[in-house]
Amino acid sequence: MPAPPDRRHVGAPLPRLDAWGKVTGATTFLSDEPRSDAWLGAAVRSPLPHARLVSVSKTAAFPPQAVLLTAADLPCANLVAMVREDLPLLAADEVRFATQPVALVAAPDRETLKAALAAVAVELEELPAVLDLDAALRGEGPVWGADNVVAEYRIDRGDPDAAFASAVTVVEGTYSTGYQEHMYLEPQGVVATPRPDGGVEILGSLQCPYYIHNALKRALGLDGDRVVVRQSPTGGAFGGKEDYPSILALQAAVLALRCGQPVSMIYERREDVACTTKRHPSRTRYRSAFDGEGRLLAVDIDLVLDAGAFTTLSPVVLSRGVLHVAGPYRVPHARIRGRTVATHTPPNGAFRGFGVPKAAFACERQMDRAARRLGLDPAELRRRNLVRDGDTFVFGQTLRPGMAAADLVLERVLDRSGYEQRRREARAFNAGGGPLRRGVGVTLTMHGGGFTGDGEDRIKGKVAVRLDPDGLVTLLVSSVEMGQGAATVLPQIAAEALGLPVGRIRFHQPDTSAVPDSGPTVASRTTMVVGRILVAACRQLADKARAFAGDKAADPLLAAGHAGLTATAVYESDPDIDWDQSTMHGDAYQGWSWAAAVAEVEVDVDTMEVRPVRLTHVVEIGCAVNPVLCVGQVEGGALQGLAWGHLEEMKLKDGRYWNDRMSTYIIPTSLDAPDFDVELAELPSPRGPFGAKGLGELPLNAGAPALAAAVEDALDIEVFEAPVTPEILLARWREVSR
Amino acid sequence: MNISLELNGRPATWDVEPGEALLDALRRHGVLSVKRGCDTASCGTCTVLLDGAPVPSCAVPAPRADGRAVITVEGLPDEAARLGACLAAEGADQCGFCAPGLVVAVVAMSRELEDPDEAAINHYLAGNLCRCGGYVSQTRAIRRYLQEAR
Repeated sequence: MPAPPDRRHVGAPLPRLDAWGKVTGATTFLSDEPRSDAWLGAAVRSPLPHARLVSVSKTAAFPPQAVLLTAADLPCANLVAMVREDLPLLAADEVRFATQPVALVAAPDRETLKAALAAVAVELEELPAVLDLDAALRGEGPVWGADNVVAEYRIDRGDPDAAFASAVTVVEGTYSTGYQEHMYLEPQGVVATPRPDGGVEILGSLQCPYYIHNALKRALGLDGDRVVVRQSPTGGAFGGKEDYPSILALQAAVLALRCGQPVSMIYERREDVACTTKRHPSRTRYRSAFDGEGRLLAVDIDLVLDAGAFTTLSPVVLSRGVLHVAGPYRVPHARIRGRTVATHTPPNGAFRGFGVPKAAFACERQMDRAARRLGLDPAELRRRNLVRDGDTFVFGQTLRPGMAAADLVLERVLDRSGYEQRRREARAFNAGGGPLRRGVGVTLTMHGGGFTGDGEDRIKGKVAVRLDPDGLVTLLVSSVEMGQGAATVLPQIAAEALGLPVGRIRFHQPDTSAVPDSGPTVASRTTMVVGRILVAACRQLADKARAFAGDKAADPLLAAGHAGLTATAVYESDPDIDWDQSTMHGDAYQGWSWAAAVAEVEVDVDTMEVRPVRLTHVVEIGCAVNPVLCVGQVEGGALQGLAWGHLEEMKLKDGRYWNDRMSTYIIPTSLDAPDFDVELAELPSPRGPFGAKGLGELPLNAGAPALAAAVEDALDIEVFEAPVTPEILLARWREVSR
Repeated sequence: MNISLELNGRPATWDVEPGEALLDALRRHGVLSVKRGCDTASCGTCTVLLDGAPVPSCAVPAPRADGRAVITVEGLPDEAARLGACLAAEGADQCGFCAPGLVVAVVAMSRELEDPDEAAINHYLAGNLCRCGGYVSQTRAIRRYLQEAR
């Protein structure tokens, strides 16, 4: 769909505005900052997953100039505020996961830090650890609360028992997904600097300046003006720099306040992989009832996420998973139960997709299993059940006219990929024998943009724009550029709203002392939600400039440059939105984005190596503000999803991540990427700027289920897990070959 | 110990520690385009040219640079600008942390291989990881750069 001709900036494939600095090495990432005066900080960590902390003490070799902080020494509340306040900054009496910090150390240089860390004696008394999901579900320990259940949500619709009783076919399956490590190429890091007013300033690689601001205010008991959080250019994040930087920033802050010195904490890769949050492992038991025509009558779903030892963001990840687990399908009757339970393992957290990839994996695997049972082509089964305008999701949201694009993306991807022909060709190829098998799989997914339900009302994101004397307009938002393109796309939106060239827009580096709280850079909300507030602020600024410069001014924003004009806008909710958080019922998301993908794979049956050959991906995102950046998001997100589906396997040994290096946790190289063919479809949404909806997370959802479907098609076996490793495939291949 | 090297075409004499990685010596001397991504020679963000050959500088002892020529992206401004423009036009660069190492590796490839096809490019650059993109746009951008450079 071509952009309306009157648009000049929205819809333009503008090269990203920060490209030059990045490619020449001129961009100053955190570790490139000159910090000759900074001390170095580090955590002393428990090697055991569960233990009584008997003592932490200095031995005689502890360098006199170094500083040791234990829970007893903390000058502040011992908590890192996230969804709850259960996570202590330092373990006090009990250690609940391996790598949990028991003390912090700071020293003026690397050698002294090393000597100090070696001179800390930690006495632990080992306790039995709950490391697996079943033990956690039985309430063993308990690790957390009375029964390990960190959060539970239910969705009930209609009469599922009667629907199952009347079903012609009932399909059951249990699907599991594993950890995923973000592996942003720039490891986590912050530098904390004490302020003369007793407060602290943080500079760091991060997604959510105001999350850290809040965690520091809350723990240190400081008022907001004395806590400043600034974002340094961020070398990838993918959710990994949503929650964890609050922990790291607070560690550095307490050390900086104790030492009276700036304290730098920049992780090396191994510490980053060993200690930071991961995507939650999941297990989903899925039952579906179908009528004689292959139409869904009911689902009965039990979704369980491993939270790790503390809450972090797990309840929010779970709620999004529960809302997406019945998929883009019409389901008249439903019983859905979601739980996230605690184990003595490092806390899991946000990862691009935030609960949806595992929900989509279970849902789509179940649809493929059902297609086999029903003797239908997987595409046809989806076609018969997908939601259309006017349909109501299991949680009570009715899709208004123009909201549903499941049929659009499915038909487009089938056509574009030549799905039916490719399946026939794969069958013909496989009939020839030999070690290679080819397979073709289709998947259909969706993603709700922005915070769930009334989340955006509670955040009340705020945006400011400032007209500078040189006639340039500065955007003041807390949304960060982390590679996804916010520092290009938001200026394009502002340029369109103001009628200015993009060159007249400046993007202010997020800094809590300079920009208002537009909310966190998460949930595929930046373009859709922050962009919308930005349009409102820009229109106000344009009105003010016209009022100042007079109607006759050819360029009011230039003529009014010296007037010191600013405009501020706050998120305005739509009065039509109906949401009940206590029952998780109603309009869960205001903008749904849709994606369908066809994966083609080649599997070597001697080694069970899976090679994705091609991924055709059609995404419907309302409006592609910058098509070239959108395609980059789709390709990159899909590759992360594909890799999670077969390549990326994080193993746990005695409660610790076993393969905690880049040489042992494998992410895709240029040899592992398929040929991507991406189509951007646009059904404009009234809730986003110029019709735009969320995109960032959507493409990750399709990767793993599309790959699993294609592997299944290639080998004529069933796949229940992500990652589906060669070991799993070999075992299943042997079963069917017998 | 003192080493003498040619850094981006200019002579330099550095005091380095035995066992110090070339990556650390470079960064200590203000050559900050060379990034630390993994410490296991896995990611390619610290790629430099050592006597013309692309190497992960985290895996090269700094004393081994004695008497040799080291080139980083600071010494390849024209190539970086031109390849950067191609990467940006194809939407292939995102967070940018891998970009300086990638530029160095592409320059090495362009000197080593004549008119590489997509498979040859992907094979040559398999040691330069990108976590943001899907490599396909990157390969397209590199083809475009190589064509324009000819």
